[in-house]
Amino acid sequence: MSATDTQAGANSLRSGPDGRGRFGIFGGRFVAETLMPLLLELDGAYKAAQADPEFRRELDYYLKDYVGRPSPLWFARRMTEQLGGAKIYMKREELNHTGSHKLNNVMGQILLARRMGRTRIVAETGAGQHGVATATVCALFGMKCAIYMGATDVERQKPNVFRMRLLGAEVVPVTAGAGTLKDAMNEAMRDWVTNVHDTYFLVGTVAGPHPYPQMVRDFQSIIGVETKEQIMAAEGRLPDTIVAAIGGGSNAMGIFHPFLDDPEVRLIGVEAAGCGLDSGRTAASIERGKPGVLHGNRTYLLQDEDGQITEAHSISAGLDYPGVGPEHSWLSDIGRAEYVGATDEEALDAFQLCTRTEGIIPALESAHAIAYAAKIAPEMGRDKIIVINISGRGDKDIFTVAEHLGVKL
Amino acid sequence: MSRIARRFATLRQQGRGALIPYVEACDPDYDTSLAILRGMPGAGADLIEVGVPFSDPSADGPTIQKAALRGLRGGSSMKRVLEMVAAFRAGDDETPIILMGYTNPIEAYGPERFCVDAKAVGVDGLIVVDMPPEEADLLAGPAAAAGLDIIRLVAPTTPDDRLPVVFNGASGFVYYVSITGVTGTRTASTDELAHALPRLRRATDLPIAIGFGIRTPELAANAVRAADAAVVASALLNTLEGTLDPDGRATARTVPAVLEQLRGLADAVHAVSKTGSK
Ligand SMILES: Cc1ncc(COP(=O)(O)O)c(C=O)c1O
Repeated sequence: MSATDTQAGANSLRSGPDGRGRFGIFGGRFVAETLMPLLLELDGAYKAAQADPEFRRELDYYLKDYVGRPSPLWFARRMTEQLGGAKIYMKREELNHTGSHKLNNVMGQILLARRMGRTRIVAETGAGQHGVATATVCALFGMKCAIYMGATDVERQKPNVFRMRLLGAEVVPVTAGAGTLKDAMNEAMRDWVTNVHDTYFLVGTVAGPHPYPQMVRDFQSIIGVETKEQIMAAEGRLPDTIVAAIGGGSNAMGIFHPFLDDPEVRLIGVEAAGCGLDSGRTAASIERGKPGVLHGNRTYLLQDEDGQITEAHSISAGLDYPGVGPEHSWLSDIGRAEYVGATDEEALDAFQLCTRTEGIIPALESAHAIAYAAKIAPEMGRDKIIVINISGRGDKDIFTVAEHLGVKL
Repeated sequence: MSRIARRFATLRQQGRGALIPYVEACDPDYDTSLAILRGMPGAGADLIEVGVPFSDPSADGPTIQKAALRGLRGGSSMKRVLEMVAAFRAGDDETPIILMGYTNPIEAYGPERFCVDAKAVGVDGLIVVDMPPEEADLLAGPAAAAGLDIIRLVAPTTPDDRLPVVFNGASGFVYYVSITGVTGTRTASTDELAHALPRLRRATDLPIAIGFGIRTPELAANAVRAADAAVVASALLNTLEGTLDPDGRATARTVPAVLEQLRGLADAVHAVSKTGSK
């Protein structure tokens, strides 16, 4: 990341959060007092790391030689031709080591945890991609690792569970609630509060209490920074539209953030509409939720009249979360980014479209972004440019997809 | 003087410590939890914490998590919790009631309306687990206007230089979370308490309650030797859970079993003489 990309002026949309960790009314630090001193320490440690060129050098080294950055920006010629509209580019985050964008953030945070002298890592995971990324760096640096994963997700993401165990992590299935990401997050927070003396909580998305939303966004912003350079090199101009899937919102925030001050670039976050936005079985927190407080921050949440959090639904384990990062809630309220939905069915179709036209098997999460891009591309002129963030590869999803296609593996 | 301040002043005069039991609203149903609540003062409760069930109690251990779920299944809502307090107040105007819960149900109800309504039904204080001083402005104004005490949590991880931040705006009493962890798990040792209390006393004149991990009469007595009050939650909820039928419904044993255990805890707490101590 170059210095100019991290410096945002007073009128910039990139200057948030404020000192309290707020993006407008969203964000904050709604945690038990036991954790507050740790968050303040983390905030201080992160600021110190940001100011230390050695930290940047170390991170750049690992991003290049271990993660495999930069990731390519691929012109999807056959998909573009088939859809017959805007030129489609794909930011290939699925080519990162461990197969998703998650490692960008995990690498940043593990280096920070090491600077802070922590020896044990806990993390929550939904699809298992964040868990795999975390288990991977724990193996790399020889640290203890406990991954909390909803029991439902353990079942539907078996390959990733095995991968984490191979890497030496303890995978703890969480049976509370519906056994998905929200419950795993609760349990990871409980572990952290119990083991504060040696444990670092490695949050996998742009949610949680401040400074996590900011920190994870900063580490993921490499996606957008590279995209900007690559599209300038390829097309000599910025894209018209950027589309990314929204679970907690980290891959989207990462690609959006460097473009926030370029109003000509339309930013579209695609939430999981599940069985349909109005089906009651959705994970579309911004489109169907209300502001509230969960997991340490104020944001849009799926909840009932009484403020009880409701279960999310999505075919994609990584999007199956009733909340969303607070910065997205703010970007939605101020109108800088748009948030739309793609259903389970649409994602499955897009999964196959991408596989057949580009030879890229995308994660079901990313397939939501592809689905929406495929919807709008034909309506856009051939001189227009869309960038889709391919946040991960779909190997982990082949069992789920096979089941939906009625194929026995 | 608030009910909470009055109660602690009386206890101090009598040279006694306080027992603060916890009951989860609508666990496993409204009538049972109200019967427990009504029976608590007679069984020796000096103040009472009423838990407001929340779907995602991330600072609580398995026992309170299950109680919260039972409460939600038992029909709990903020409105129902307030009705329960009103029903209790009709027969008891003296025992302080503290609502304990998480931010979101309060935010959903509307913080101002919540404080007004809570005060009106006879709530005395609020403990909001996930609202540290940094986020307290959401409730500070409305609670002060309504005359509700805001009870602050303080933890072993809270450094000395942060204590003034935590106690700024605190009233009623202070709740010392005696372990790093979730509710109903580990218990603080006598040594840990002996180290922690003087540190807190130097920073506040408010009474100090100790909670988390107090499960026996002995531990409760230990806690009031060091502090002014002992909070017992998970131990009572475990007992309640043990009396439920296979479908999770209350039985004839439920209310008496909880109150009997409470009596044992209260007797131990009240046997500790605090005369001469602060
Ligand atoms: C490949 C992939 N994309 C997207 C997501 C959603 O997370 P986020 O919205 O934080 O990018 C996940 C989460 O597991 C994922 O694995």
